[in-house]
Amino acid sequence: MADLEKFRAETRAWLEQNCPPEMRKPMTSDGDTFWGGRNAKFSSDAQRVWFERMRDKGWTVPHWPKEYGGGGLDGEEAKIVRQEMAAIGARQPLTSFGISMLGPALLQYGTEEQKKEHLPKITAGLIRWCQGYSEPNAGSDLASLQTRAVGDGDDYIINGQKIWTSYANYADWIFCLVRTDPAAKKHDGISFILFDMTSKGVSTKPILLISGYSPFCETFFDNVRVPKSHVVGTVNRGWDVAKYLLQHERAMISGMGERGVGRPLGQIAADSVGADAQGRLDDAQLRSQIASFEVDEAALAAAAERAVDLAKAGQSHPAFSSAMKYYGTELNKRRYEILMSAGGIDALEWESDRSRGGARPRAWLRTKANSIEGGTSEVMLGIVAKRILDLPGA
Amino acid sequence: MALVLTEEQSMLRDSARGLISDKAPVAHLRALRDGKDTTGFSRELWKTFAEMGFSGLLVPDQFGGSGLGCVEAGIVMEEIGRTLMPSPFLATSVLAASALSRGGSEAQKAQHLPKIADGSLLAALAIDEGAKHRPLQTKLQAARSGNGFKLSGDKAFVVDGHTADLLIVAARTVGSAGDKNGLTLFLVDPKAKGLAVERTAMVDSHNAARIVFDNVEVNADSVLGEVDQGFGLLEGVLNIGRGAVASEMVGLSDEVFGRTVTYLKERKQFGKAIGEFQALQHRAAELYIDIEITRAAVLKALQALDADLGKAATAVAVAKARAGTTATLAVQEGVQMHGGMGMTDQFDIGFFMKRARVCQELFGDSNFHTDQLASGKGY
Repeated sequence: MADLEKFRAETRAWLEQNCPPEMRKPMTSDGDTFWGGRNAKFSSDAQRVWFERMRDKGWTVPHWPKEYGGGGLDGEEAKIVRQEMAAIGARQPLTSFGISMLGPALLQYGTEEQKKEHLPKITAGLIRWCQGYSEPNAGSDLASLQTRAVGDGDDYIINGQKIWTSYANYADWIFCLVRTDPAAKKHDGISFILFDMTSKGVSTKPILLISGYSPFCETFFDNVRVPKSHVVGTVNRGWDVAKYLLQHERAMISGMGERGVGRPLGQIAADSVGADAQGRLDDAQLRSQIASFEVDEAALAAAAERAVDLAKAGQSHPAFSSAMKYYGTELNKRRYEILMSAGGIDALEWESDRSRGGARPRAWLRTKANSIEGGTSEVMLGIVAKRILDLPGA
Repeated sequence: MALVLTEEQSMLRDSARGLISDKAPVAHLRALRDGKDTTGFSRELWKTFAEMGFSGLLVPDQFGGSGLGCVEAGIVMEEIGRTLMPSPFLATSVLAASALSRGGSEAQKAQHLPKIADGSLLAALAIDEGAKHRPLQTKLQAARSGNGFKLSGDKAFVVDGHTADLLIVAARTVGSAGDKNGLTLFLVDPKAKGLAVERTAMVDSHNAARIVFDNVEVNADSVLGEVDQGFGLLEGVLNIGRGAVASEMVGLSDEVFGRTVTYLKERKQFGKAIGEFQALQHRAAELYIDIEITRAAVLKALQALDADLGKAATAVAVAKARAGTTATLAVQEGVQMHGGMGMTDQFDIGFFMKRARVCQELFGDSNFHTDQLASGKGY
């Protein structure tokens, strides 16, 4: 315990000294997130300095082993780093699907060679990954995917199409689900494979969304040649890897509402709605919606903390991330409905500088995907019902 | 601190669960109700609680207790919630023990705390006066009289007030309803002249009383804490009580939910278990998620109370607000999913619904605590 308190004090001092003031302000646009990759650009010098210092300390991913570029911290220490970063509002120095999705799967299922090849490039922000899961006819029923990988000597030849591939147009590599045995039952003929997005035959096409942005792409594979050694885990057992990764993806999405400390919703609302003589929001219904939201938000934060502690204690259910994904995404949608209501007419502007290019309404529309991507809310409830509650049925 | 129970806490839970599920299943409450028992709980079982160290759980070691904290009290309350056991634990061992150990003089502590720990003294906290919990609105007057005070006014919803050997009464010594300043806590003998206790039969078959004070004389030694400055002490004690009731509601919700899921697997209609229907599966899953999130919020609040009582208000407001809405949802879904059987007195589900309604009101309902949170954050 005394060691942990010492670690906390050291962490606090180090962050205080090394986190630039600009990196302690709430993020206001997509450009504030640093994703890394071959073509990465820093939006500011402060962003670069912060990233480099955290990378050199191994704290882009504090809990991964040091040999792969992580910080080698145990669960308690990593929690302290998170708490101390949150306490000063420090931004994540590096955000990537390599950290939140592929990494955990590689650590669990990858060969030593695969780990050594890929993990250090993730922690150092050198390679940006994207996820090739959904297909036009394989959404909630993901296991019905049809992208084919056919053996040809030491390689596979991959043909097919993925959709909703987040930032595929910026990604350097893809982790991809492909069908390696079309004769097997749908869950039993899938493999999990990695390849370079610059491979011949890969092309991407951004999809324009209701937010006016194109974070998702259609991704096409036309006779893409990939070495068989790039399969993670056992051939035809890719569904195990896919499910394991999805647990981490869902945990990540459930936390998307937590972006630094920021101003309380009630105060944001007071700016536009106004307050009465006692300082209460001049919209009793909105005030009550915000307060209820904040009760639920605080409870969810406690549940997220507890989920980590339960996992550490070996007491968590593997499907619990589905529960958190459901609640976290529905809550984030509520947050943005409140923000839109609080902003009133001002939150409707779509292009002006005044509205930072319609940042709020675009973010509001973006949240509507939260309860669809990574498994819909309905799929999450189905997983909880069957895997945790053991209710009968298909 | 990790948001999970320690090994010692898990052992406490197991022993509390063993005792309570064995000696006081829901049938115990049903028997007390049907027999129109005038005490409303089992004194024999209370002796066992004392022998096991539960009654003095929050009493400091030097006064014969175990000196444990709110997390441990919450663990016992959660088990009480599972079987709806009527017990002096909340009023005596949580509220009175906290008030005395935090606000009492050495003499007051030495006089009362050992008796709470050994189970020989029952106490009750008299706060509410109107239909809703509004401690700041306290009107019961304590007028100075000689060396002491004269108390006049009414109290309602006094948990275990009918069996108490000692009352802790919130009264106004100066100022008017709504003022933080001017509240004082008094230790009052329920047998004092001018004091009338009426046991009020409640919807949940648990124990409460209305108490009328007609110029009840108390001496200066009966002040608990400081004259006029009792609100801080009271708020701390209430927050401990809120954490405890929130735990009871977690236990209650979890039990109702468990019974309901079992029923979904057993009950067959249209040739299959009704738990196969997606409409019910999704509702069950939502309720499960709601309960687990509330459980975390409540444990967070209990840990916050133990870490620093003065800084726990927000966490407690979140916990009590969440626990209220979760329990309300759990009992409604419980009755609905049990169908017609859920409406019968023969099934236990209705007992849980009734108790949940009372727990909601106890020390502030979800609306009260949600409003507290908003005011605390300045909007």
